[in-house]
Amino acid sequence: MIKLSNIDKWYGAFHTLKDCSVNVSRGEVLVICGPSGSGKSTLIKCVNGLEPFQGGEITVDGVSVGAAGTNLPRLRARIGMVFQNFELYPHMSVLENICLAQLKVLKRPRDEAEARAFALLERVGLKDHARKLPSQLSGGQQQRVAIARALAMDPIAMLFDEPTSALDPEMINEVLEVMVQLAQEGMTMMVVTHEMGFARKVADRVVFMDQGEVVEDAATDQFFSAPKSDRAKSFLSRILQHV
Amino acid sequence: MHYNWDWSILLQEPYLQWLISGTGWTIAVSLAAWVIAVTVGSLIGIARTLPNRMVAGIATAYTEIFRNIPLLVQLFLWYFVLPEIVPEPLGHWIKRDLPLPEYTTAVIGLGFYTAARISEQVRAGIQSLSRGLSMAGYAQGLTLTQVYRHILLPVAFRLIVPPFTTEFLTVFKNSSLALTIGVLELTAQSGQISEYSFHSFEAYTAATVIYILITMGVTAVMTVIERRLPVAT
Repeated sequence: MIKLSNIDKWYGAFHTLKDCSVNVSRGEVLVICGPSGSGKSTLIKCVNGLEPFQGGEITVDGVSVGAAGTNLPRLRARIGMVFQNFELYPHMSVLENICLAQLKVLKRPRDEAEARAFALLERVGLKDHARKLPSQLSGGQQQRVAIARALAMDPIAMLFDEPTSALDPEMINEVLEVMVQLAQEGMTMMVVTHEMGFARKVADRVVFMDQGEVVEDAATDQFFSAPKSDRAKSFLSRILQHV
Repeated sequence: MHYNWDWSILLQEPYLQWLISGTGWTIAVSLAAWVIAVTVGSLIGIARTLPNRMVAGIATAYTEIFRNIPLLVQLFLWYFVLPEIVPEPLGHWIKRDLPLPEYTTAVIGLGFYTAARISEQVRAGIQSLSRGLSMAGYAQGLTLTQVYRHILLPVAFRLIVPPFTTEFLTVFKNSSLALTIGVLELTAQSGQISEYSFHSFEAYTAATVIYILITMGVTAVMTVIERRLPVAT
């Protein structure tokens, strides 16, 4: 469903992504991990064209992301995305946050959009917070609203860019639970995260990136039990030390 | 110093009438200039943040030209120079038929000058928002126009209400320069009262108090607006 072939990207002279190739099949959950600065956030932002790339090709459900004729807004509307810093619209209530793109992009009638919003808020456990502003919610609650906002578009796949990195430790689980549930329902997911417990539990495959390269791409069990590359081994030994 | 204070002259005719008329012109110049400033300034400010480099470049050039020439010089350029350098029929029209020529010129000059300052506030307001906020909009399939209209502008304009208040106050104070091209606004009328009555202290005190009352009124209105539009980031 999502196919990245030989992606190259430069920021000026800096080679951010080097010949990266990753595939995600329908219903698959892919976790991308790696040290900071390895290019994983940049890579996931290339998938819906938020970051331009200079070489290679990305297709989502058969549509080329980088091609000149592609209607990017239409493609993006079909791919949900959740950001590290939530990025809720600060001047709108939770309900309006979830309704905006339904109304303006999908052209749903307001009552239908609101019904969808309430159903999703119920699902992420925030039905009573619909009229609040994002600033009145905790980080974990804001991120669950952001997930609901993305799901309201009925996406064919979901992208998560370090969804729990900005959260206090006690709020990480409430977000991960929603993601686990999504994964178990068969949502196609690409998740950039350091949460190795989450990866072990629901990921089908793990991609390890370092210095702009895809160093390892393996089935989850194999990645954790017998990583092939030295870089992945040393990363895992550092990150799993205290688990 | 020997000085005969006489505050009652302010209530005598024609002086009272002059003060009232001057206050009226000050408000008329300022409000009309403010409308131009906010409209043009917002458009220029938005243009400066657009991805299109040519549009952004032209808008930046506007800001730099209009905020770097002294306002007084700009008023003189509009009033004395512009009619001479435009095509002759237009120049004639400006000199002969332009309605309320001093007033109109003052409004245009003050409006376009203040627009440059407003554009800088609008640009700063938009650029202070995280790149992630607009990314969230684009990621949902919103277009550039929709991202500006529904997300960036509503948030940015809430953020810049306080600097807007300062600019609004500055317009009222800068409007006093209109006297140099012959608008009989508050400062000009106070000067006239002072010359006719020799009561300079009373005349300029009256102007000072009226300016303060106007600006306090403006501040009060803007404070209400600020409260109604909470910034929730």
